[in-house]
Amino acid sequence: MVDGVLVLDKEIVVPGQELAEGMDFLPGSNVLRDGNKLIATKLGLVQISNRLVKLVPLVGGYFPKKGDMVIGKIASISTSGWRVDFGWPFEALLSIREVSNSYIPVNGIEDMIKIYNFDDAVIVLIINVFGNKIIDVSTKAPGLRKLGPGRLVKIEASKVPRVIGKQGSMINMIKEYTNCKVLVGQNGLVWLSGPDIESELLAVKVIKKIEDESHVSGLTDRIKAFFEEKK
Amino acid sequence: MVYDKRFDGRKFDQLREVDAKIGVIPNATGSAMFRIGKTIAIAAVYAPKPLFPQFLQNDERGVLKCEYNMVAFSGSGERVRPGPSRRSKELSLVIEKALMPVLDLKEYANCAVDVNIELVQTDAGTRCAGICAASLALADAGISMSDLISAVAVGRIEDKIVLDVNKEEEDYEKGMADIAVAYSLRLDKITLLQADGELTKEQLKRVIEMAKFGCNKIREVQIKALKDKFMVK
Repeated sequence: MVDGVLVLDKEIVVPGQELAEGMDFLPGSNVLRDGNKLIATKLGLVQISNRLVKLVPLVGGYFPKKGDMVIGKIASISTSGWRVDFGWPFEALLSIREVSNSYIPVNGIEDMIKIYNFDDAVIVLIINVFGNKIIDVSTKAPGLRKLGPGRLVKIEASKVPRVIGKQGSMINMIKEYTNCKVLVGQNGLVWLSGPDIESELLAVKVIKKIEDESHVSGLTDRIKAFFEEKK
Repeated sequence: MVYDKRFDGRKFDQLREVDAKIGVIPNATGSAMFRIGKTIAIAAVYAPKPLFPQFLQNDERGVLKCEYNMVAFSGSGERVRPGPSRRSKELSLVIEKALMPVLDLKEYANCAVDVNIELVQTDAGTRCAGICAASLALADAGISMSDLISAVAVGRIEDKIVLDVNKEEEDYEKGMADIAVAYSLRLDKITLLQADGELTKEQLKRVIEMAKFGCNKIREVQIKALKDKFMVK
């Protein structure tokens, strides 16, 4: 342990806990400086790299950020575009001109319904966030589209990186063993579609297992063992 | 009769049995149960939520909305009349003010942070149990906090100062005052101080010392509960 650090690396800390003492350390994300002490502001894991002390929260919801890919549902249709509900208090606007690079002839709501109907699940890219309230999304980039029949699973947004894994190792394993198509939105909604119900349910079970045990090390090995057992 | 022994045989500076649990309501963003003796409080945090009417929205920080409620069967005798009352509205407000100093809600601009506190069983000290539960639930919801808040009710019975009064002591007829104190150890700040009854200046000083002592013990239980959520089973 480095002199002045009051906690272990990867230790679970609670809000208000003192992490380090002295001016040698810098507060990273979710860490507060008070006098010459560093204080945790959230429930999570500490990460100490050289002089930087940061905290990775284990709890908490999703906050929209420019550049995030999120999964949502079409909540309403207006003349200028669609409103997408992705689990945030304010719905995002998917404007007609952000749908496609090619020209779309639209003469009323019937034409718009043909593109995206009410309750359609879509994967969209957040292109602008103004003060939490006004959020613009787009489907212009490759891979962004209407999602076909499948099921939506809600997980905690802080667990999304665990479900994806390092360079997609975890999600590729799920795809490989269950033959499901899986898409994970940054907002914690997972869309999956498989050849039969059993494989879909197995994928849901695994995703929930990852969500529950994500903070315990050796997760990939355990999930692999779980799949081997089910085979 | 001189009050030299407590009704339930505790020492004067002894808390009732304290217990806390995190994540009792799966649908909530964060939730907690807090029990002190026979008083049980359940708090659930839902955040962010849309906030209306619109003039309440603040584009710099979120708005904390607490709701304190005693359920109909919670009391020891008569049925508690359900719905908001003068008392529950006041307590919702003081709980809000007790929690606000440690919260940083700038991530929740234009939104509301709803905190619902339900008392399922009551035996005095409900606002304090509510604050302890709400503080845990807010931490579980991932809201940025500079410290945890602990709270305890201290009483004066005749000339004795007693920690964590129960219902029997609260109803003591010959001279009783009870003081609810919410305290943040790290900031060394008292965020709630409500007194009901008469006290001298010296007695109040002793009450605050006693409350800080009790709050620190409760804080240990709160920290343990938060860490236990992520213990490997």
